[in-house]
Amino acid sequence: MSFVSRGFTGRRRAVPAGRLPPGQYDVGDGFPVLSAGPTPYASLDRWDFRVRGQVDEERRWSWAEFQKLPRESVVVDVHCVTSWSKLDTRWEGVSVDTLLADVVTAAEFVVAFSDGGYTTNLPLADVTDGQAWVVDNYDGRPLAPEHGGPARLLVPHLYLWKSAKWVRGLELTVEDEPGFWESFGYHNYGDPWREQRYAGD
Amino acid sequence: MAGTAIRRRLSWQRADVLAVQREARRAYRLSLRPPDWSGHLPGQHVDVRLTAEDGYTAQRSYSIASAPQQPGIELIVERLEDGEVSPYLTEVLRAGDLLELRGPFGGYFVWPAGDGPVQLIAGGSGVVPFLSMLGHHRATGGLRQVRLLYSARTFDDLIGQAELARQPSTVEVTVTLTRGAPAGWTGLTGRVDARLLAEHTIPPAQEPEVLACGPTGFVEAVANALLELGHDPIRIKTERFGATGGP
Amino acid sequence: MTDPDDAVARRLDANAAAGPLAELFTVDLTVAMATCAGCGNTAPLAAHPLYAHAPALVIRCPKCAAVVLRYASGGGRLRLDLRGARLLTVTLDGAAAHGLSPVQ
Repeated sequence: MSFVSRGFTGRRRAVPAGRLPPGQYDVGDGFPVLSAGPTPYASLDRWDFRVRGQVDEERRWSWAEFQKLPRESVVVDVHCVTSWSKLDTRWEGVSVDTLLADVVTAAEFVVAFSDGGYTTNLPLADVTDGQAWVVDNYDGRPLAPEHGGPARLLVPHLYLWKSAKWVRGLELTVEDEPGFWESFGYHNYGDPWREQRYAGD
Repeated sequence: MAGTAIRRRLSWQRADVLAVQREARRAYRLSLRPPDWSGHLPGQHVDVRLTAEDGYTAQRSYSIASAPQQPGIELIVERLEDGEVSPYLTEVLRAGDLLELRGPFGGYFVWPAGDGPVQLIAGGSGVVPFLSMLGHHRATGGLRQVRLLYSARTFDDLIGQAELARQPSTVEVTVTLTRGAPAGWTGLTGRVDARLLAEHTIPPAQEPEVLACGPTGFVEAVANALLELGHDPIRIKTERFGATGGP
Repeated sequence: MTDPDDAVARRLDANAAAGPLAELFTVDLTVAMATCAGCGNTAPLAAHPLYAHAPALVIRCPKCAAVVLRYASGGGRLRLDLRGARLLTVTLDGAAAHGLSPVQ
């Protein structure tokens, strides 16, 4: 008989069936901030976004150039591996399809890299075809540093650690190269609907 | 012997909740009786775990407020408005309940050995481990010089007023209120800075062991000011606690 | 939402990791001196900044902020990454070093 703390429910609430992946709870209005290190405060003058690695030619956008790219708005649910989900989050930014539009590559993987040294790896096929964005606006406002501003990756169909905060670019790779959490026993792919939290799940 | 002690610390045990009493404006004192407790060092903490019916758990660390000489343990929990665990511990938990905990843990931020002077510096509920240390000092009839500088928002936020009022002559307690003082207040007002530290703490020349505990921003400001005053970093120990309300 | 104090408040001391680390180590690892594999700085592990609001406990070097230790339990496994620590030294004299012996 396992122990239950009388009257303890946690900060969870009921949501429509099918809306939450297994083992997740709805965080409601809150937006928890997870951080594995100091929050970087990037100067927009020196900020740039790069596409490099296995590419015909490196791409680079300054902040001003990035702002002139075609923008998209998305409303998505996000799911954190620590078991909270947040529904109907509103973001705005540039589709990764736009950033990779004319890139010639033999790569099948990308490593997103960030200020502060964070990395995460994804299949190239998971950041293209309207599945991923580099967003700089959350809920109608510039993205706050604690949530990854000035810009973060957004890949809502995978656990949120794949949506690298403070992202500065994508490195295209032929071999899959595990990132910060993937090299620490977290699942290499991270599909919340298949509850792929840890390697082997 | 050591192996037994380790297993005991590591096992989650269900402590009887004897009382939950309001301690200050946002702080509550939990009196607990763990079934298997072999004592603690003043300054150590326990891990507390809450479990919902569907198996969801939330875990936090809390410093022990009571002296080792006292039976059972007391925790003092500050209620964080957006917290998940502290609202439960302060508003739902009541005498007669069971609370899962394990410990004690942490051999670093503890009452220093020796006879030299000790300077304690607390911000808010950072005073909690110092209540345990002062209780220990009093219970053992210690002769070393001890000073506590305690910064709280208002008079109603003061934790441990009863204990702090009955200190032996070796202990000097200085309180500063940062968000206004009641009429007739004779203590200090204003934030802890280098000037206030210089005037109301044991000077670096006497080489005190300095322990500072409180919110992260408070502790970092204090630690920087102490270095500025000439304290040796080797004798400064800090314990920061953040807004541990997040998942 | 943009208050940098919030970010500061999420940084703790590794002292708070004593309980979880005791799941794996028989001595109190937080009293150990840890040497950063990156910059060589040596300090008590308990005095290292700890980031606990993350999928794992992440302990960083107080000087260069590189990751010194990562620890997590989940999915029925304990995981430890010590790549960032070149050396851990535990002093075995005195009660405080063990964190075990209670005050009598």
